[in-house]
Amino acid sequence: MPNTFVIATFSDADSLLGAVRAVRAENFRIFDAYAPYPIHGLDHAMGIRRSRLPWVTFLAGLMALTFALSFQFYTSVFDWPLNVGGKPDNSALAFVPICFELTVLIGGLATVAALFLRARLYPGKKESLPANGVTNDQFALALRERDSFFNMEHLVAILRKSGAKNIQQKVGEL
Amino acid sequence: MSTATIHLEQGLPTASEAQVLPPPQWVEGHPALGQITDDIAHPLEARPGKGWWICFGIAFTALLNLGGMVTYLIAKGIGVWGLNNSVGWAFDITNFVFWVGIGHAGTLISAILLLFRQVWRTSINRSAEAMTIFAVMCAGLFPAIHMGRPWDAFFIFPYFPNQRGPLWVNFRSPLVWDVFAISTYLTISLVFWYLGMVPDLATLRDRAKGGIKKFVFRLLSLGWNGSHRTWARYEIVSLVLAGLATPLVLSVHSIVSMDFATSVLPGWHTTIFPPYFVAGAIYSGFGMVLTLLIITRQTMHLQRYITLAHLDKMAKVTMLTGMIVSYAYATEFFSAWYSGNMYERYHFINRATGPYAWCFYLMVLCNVIVPHLLWTKKARTNVPFLFIVSILINIGMWFERFVIIVVSLHRAFLPSGWGMFYPTVVDVGVLVGSFGLFFTCFLLFIRVLPMIAMWEIKGVVGHGAHKIALSADEDGTEPLSGDNEETGQPEVVSA
Repeated sequence: MPNTFVIATFSDADSLLGAVRAVRAENFRIFDAYAPYPIHGLDHAMGIRRSRLPWVTFLAGLMALTFALSFQFYTSVFDWPLNVGGKPDNSALAFVPICFELTVLIGGLATVAALFLRARLYPGKKESLPANGVTNDQFALALRERDSFFNMEHLVAILRKSGAKNIQQKVGEL
Repeated sequence: MSTATIHLEQGLPTASEAQVLPPPQWVEGHPALGQITDDIAHPLEARPGKGWWICFGIAFTALLNLGGMVTYLIAKGIGVWGLNNSVGWAFDITNFVFWVGIGHAGTLISAILLLFRQVWRTSINRSAEAMTIFAVMCAGLFPAIHMGRPWDAFFIFPYFPNQRGPLWVNFRSPLVWDVFAISTYLTISLVFWYLGMVPDLATLRDRAKGGIKKFVFRLLSLGWNGSHRTWARYEIVSLVLAGLATPLVLSVHSIVSMDFATSVLPGWHTTIFPPYFVAGAIYSGFGMVLTLLIITRQTMHLQRYITLAHLDKMAKVTMLTGMIVSYAYATEFFSAWYSGNMYERYHFINRATGPYAWCFYLMVLCNVIVPHLLWTKKARTNVPFLFIVSILINIGMWFERFVIIVVSLHRAFLPSGWGMFYPTVVDVGVLVGSFGLFFTCFLLFIRVLPMIAMWEIKGVVGHGAHKIALSADEDGTEPLSGDNEETGQPEVVSA
């Protein structure tokens, strides 16, 4: 079943922020807000939890570190021990730079991959814009009818009061 | 009701408000958000001007020259360079270290200044990152072509299945560390650069009328639609990447310096190398950023975004790092004397009085004396003057690497092993050609991709300016009461 959205557009970030606060104070659920740049304080206003993506970095980095250390240990101690200047086979200190580089490499790539997966960003995806110009100079607020018990007139009144330029209903997916 | 209102009613300015005024002015005038998009997207939509074509013509000719020189080099072998038994590393490794160093300023601007919340970086970070990527590409060229058999260059990576029997690369060697450091650096820089561009690519996608442009931008912008839920994650990921890139960039030039420092050669065998190389890298990188941005702001008419204030800031960083480099030079001489080691002492006497002394004095002129011309604000905001200074810095830093590498090699321990290095046409041709590669890439970049981060500028120009300043002291804004489990009491700052 297609969703129905109510989309309000604003011409500045402060109005959007005000509208989000006003709407949430009336217990509406925000589906999403759209802006050409990240608006500071909007996370709090929308009640978004802090992203857990840094855990991906940590875990991927930890795995890479373990791999780098054990791989260098395996090649230098078991697979082909090579006497270089009389240094011990397991010269763990000399392994540090490569351990560090691989930790950063895998940690970074995994974080970005996780972001793309979580935010469902992939090449060739057809963009679904709530309103024209949200990537240029417009700001939009979207509420899904399914999420809240809607009293349309009440909602429109709040949005108008917060400075919405345009309020419309859209059926489809965002 | 927000805390800010409460304080206004009481007439008590908060600590954060005190920081806010006056808001930083990093863009001239007060362009509307749409105007910013128009200004920055303009060079991508208009036909290139005469200045651009001239620069591109020169750069592309140099690139063709590089193609020819490298083909000749690979066909004939590295004997066409002026290398000999005493000096086995010369222009190739000098160029390598030079180009890697150039890259460092880009990461400094995009990652380290992001962590320090320096708002002024927003106009220049995109092009500085692009510079990093192209510079590292140029750098990567040299280790590949300086091998006798460049078609076997993949031997430097450990790979599966290992066709060298169970023999692996020597993980204890700084040269192998270098391979990992440079490839990680290039990859992470590319990803960081691309990720930062995704929202702007979406802006360009929505501006494109159709056709191939729309198709390409749609492909690259990954369906970005400005959703704040995505923005929130995106900002966290940017911070994580900046946090990873910061130690990474410091590690890269430290490891490059270990290629030298772990050997026993006088002039190379010194513990000061890692910080000395990193400072030099940032110094030379800022020299190159200045060169590029001065050219770009003139030819692309972006003076409103790349302001004199930006040039001033960059000149200050240049001056600081230049002085760190000067200090390192002095320390090297002091250590040589204080060590009591006669080879080390001789090396530095030879550096200042030997056959390559002119290179040394050119380096001192460009890296020790020139930065001191930037003490007055008048000098730092004089564009032609800064341009000349930036070119001198580039020259000086190239000669620094030449002095470190060639002068150390040409007279090591035994006088019977001494020799001289004279560059051949191919040596110079490959060096010039690498500049061709670099500038061709950069000039194409400013024509096809947004060279200024539009979304970041919008965040700074709008009310964003004071919001970003505020974020330094953790959220002056009050979280909305309701189902937010972390809602604390509104932060009240007493007078």
